[in-house]
Amino acid sequence: MYKILLKQDLVPNIHLFKVAAPNVAKKAQPGQFVVIRIDEKGERIPLTIADWDEEEGSVTIVFMEVGTTTHRLALLEDGDFIANLVGPLGLPTHIDKFGTVVCVAGGFAVATIMPIARAMKKEGNRVISIMGARNRSLIFWEEELHRVSDQLIVTTDDGSYARKGMVTEPLKELLETGERVDRVIAIGPSIMMKFCAKTTQPFGVKTIVSLNPIMVDGTGMCGCCRVSVGDETKFTCVDGPDFDGHQVDWDLLFARQRIYIDEEKRSFEQWQSQHGILS
Amino acid sequence: MPRQDPKTRSNNFNEVALGYSDEQAQAEASRCIQCPKRSCVDGCPVWVDIPGFIKAICDGDMPDAVRILKDKNSLPGICGRVCPQETQCEATCSLAKKGAPMAIGRLERYVADWERAHMQSLNPPIVQPKPNGKQVAVVGSGPAGLTVAADLAKLGYSVTIFEALHVAGGVLMYGIPEFRLPKNIVQAEVEYVTSLGVKLELDSLIGKLFTIDELLNNGYQAVFLGTGAGLPMFMNIPGENLNGIYSANEFLTRVNLMKAYKFPEYDTPVKVGKRVAVIGGGNVAMDSARCALRLGAEEVYIVYRRSEVEMPARREEVENAKAEGIEFKLLTNPKQFLGDEQNWVLGMECYEMELGEPDDSGRRRPIAKPGSEFIIDVDVVIVALGTTPNPVIAQTAEGLEIGKRGVVVADEVTGETKKPCVWAGGDIATGSATVISAMGAAKRAAVSIDEYFKG
Ligand SMILES: Cc1cc2nc3c(=O)[nH]c(=O)nc-3n(C[C@H](O)[C@H](O)[C@H](O)COP(=O)(O)OP(=O)(O)OC[C@H]3O[C@@H](n4cnc5c(N)ncnc54)[C@H](O)[C@@H]3O)c2cc1C
Ligand code: FES
Repeated sequence: MYKILLKQDLVPNIHLFKVAAPNVAKKAQPGQFVVIRIDEKGERIPLTIADWDEEEGSVTIVFMEVGTTTHRLALLEDGDFIANLVGPLGLPTHIDKFGTVVCVAGGFAVATIMPIARAMKKEGNRVISIMGARNRSLIFWEEELHRVSDQLIVTTDDGSYARKGMVTEPLKELLETGERVDRVIAIGPSIMMKFCAKTTQPFGVKTIVSLNPIMVDGTGMCGCCRVSVGDETKFTCVDGPDFDGHQVDWDLLFARQRIYIDEEKRSFEQWQSQHGILS
Repeated sequence: MPRQDPKTRSNNFNEVALGYSDEQAQAEASRCIQCPKRSCVDGCPVWVDIPGFIKAICDGDMPDAVRILKDKNSLPGICGRVCPQETQCEATCSLAKKGAPMAIGRLERYVADWERAHMQSLNPPIVQPKPNGKQVAVVGSGPAGLTVAADLAKLGYSVTIFEALHVAGGVLMYGIPEFRLPKNIVQAEVEYVTSLGVKLELDSLIGKLFTIDELLNNGYQAVFLGTGAGLPMFMNIPGENLNGIYSANEFLTRVNLMKAYKFPEYDTPVKVGKRVAVIGGGNVAMDSARCALRLGAEEVYIVYRRSEVEMPARREEVENAKAEGIEFKLLTNPKQFLGDEQNWVLGMECYEMELGEPDDSGRRRPIAKPGSEFIIDVDVVIVALGTTPNPVIAQTAEGLEIGKRGVVVADEVTGETKKPCVWAGGDIATGSATVISAMGAAKRAAVSIDEYFKG
């Protein structure tokens, strides 16, 4: 059992948990993830490690309410327990002195890109961060991300805050102005990562994406998380989650993410009716 | 042995084999001639005193039968259900020469089940041996890990098992289905092991959470690797990543470990098509096919590239599968998978095969007949072509020698690896094999570890 030391609602439907997991906290590195299971009946889901504190013995995870599991998770409070947490899983993000690194985060991935931006900065890179959300009410950690970046650009899809538009627009402008960019890290919804990769491809700038296929064990045992990268099948949980965005077969990823769409709907409807929520 | 009726059982996940009644067990036990050769014991990889426990059944002394059995085998309820006795103790049984051998597996199961039903109250408190102050780390909690842990704990070692998953048992929990091996029996036998003083650390992926060297530098004087062969093999043919194509590991894990057969009460889903093809001819293939049937598939095929005699599955499971209505498409091998625009699999193009000369495995090599391609309509495919050891351990431990197909090289007798203070046994050292061979290797490793400490 893993105790929730702190729960924070970052925005109404995006939450942060600090979970007691001292051994994981000792080993975590940027880009790695944990697999959690809420209770006996829960499924195993991967969540990126957004932060860790060796002294306190905690790891921080951030999640958005999407389906049954994340809604169930959101009901937990400080002092509650989750049944299982295993990690740190996956290969860490390759951190090096590249020169100028652009970190692009879409939606709640602001939380997951934080340790990467911080590590890149610490390594001596010039870090330009771009964060995008659908609207103003979904913006969080602007200050925090700014602190670890030399420059921060914020976008909202509807223009309710900062610059209107998608994250790919300022990314493209940066590349077009002839700004020397040595590496792009893009994390967020798959569609956003795909378009970031498409944006950078003509400029030949290496673009790392953090893939989020469906997983079960997270240890390389089932092959559920397989993706195709450069025409080779890879298991995201052990070979990734970071891959070269220009080599990823995005259509396959999208298709495989939809495998359980009917079941997810059924499960969620049942959950809602059990909790007196009308859909 | 009585079994659930095939029609009924193909709709539920309850155990198929119902076990002997007391009278049946007595009758079977009394057939043993107690021959002086004791050739059945030679056929048992963990040296169970088989005539001894059978005699105790005859004498009506069940607690003694339990004691004799458990002296050598810490997991009898499991072995009685899943061991291939027909190629081991029952094959060497003296009665086998003239007629039916003793049903040793069924009697073993009977004794183990009797213990679970009766002995909690009779059980004398387990006498913990005097701790000898030595600490051993065991990685993986499958049959190999559990066995080495139990044997060392009985000798006074302080043993900790590290397991990556959220429950102990390895393949016994995530692979072999409930209807063949009820999970409460596995957990009861795991509890027996922890009752010996063995500590269990779940959610601990060694290689990531701690490396082997970190274990050795942090108080453990020896490490046993029993991490199995968990990496699923695919065929590398076109269309293999289509939706609806599972590795057997994924399909079985969803169903058995995550209880997808109780979805949506349990959160993990699994797709079950109307027409399911399972590729392979081993136990894993039979289990996958029989799970798919129980989940409601209308037609389930076993697609195997050799003929039935070459099938590595236990005889009993092949017969069970057939009785339940699984269709065998033998001498058939997939060439590619066909999908729709949504990336869902809808067909499998196969070759007809014929058998040529024997290969290294001694089995006749299957050869594709040119121009024989045909298509099978399917909406779910389960690839059950075997597994190799997961490379996480090997990648993070310096000094281990890795052999063919990713196995960790370990001495066949002692289990010693090329890395000092590290032993290995079970599927990690042999590739996918059997529960009892993993337990046998673990027993020998326990002896070797004990000798190492005694100097
Ligand atoms: C579906 C199926 C049916 C089978 N049916 C039969 C049968 O009827 N009869 C029979 O005799 N055999 C059968 N087998 C084979 C048998 O189950 C295996 O040979 C046996 O379980 C091997 O035991 P093991 O202890 O070596 O490994 P496993 O049982 O594979 O256990 C290894 C354990 O180690 C854990 N692990 C792996 N890596 C790490 C790590 N880095 N850190 C921590 N933990 C780790 C795994 O999660 C797992 O729990 C079957 C196998 C399958 C898959
Ligand atoms: S999640 Fe099972 S192999 Fe990656």
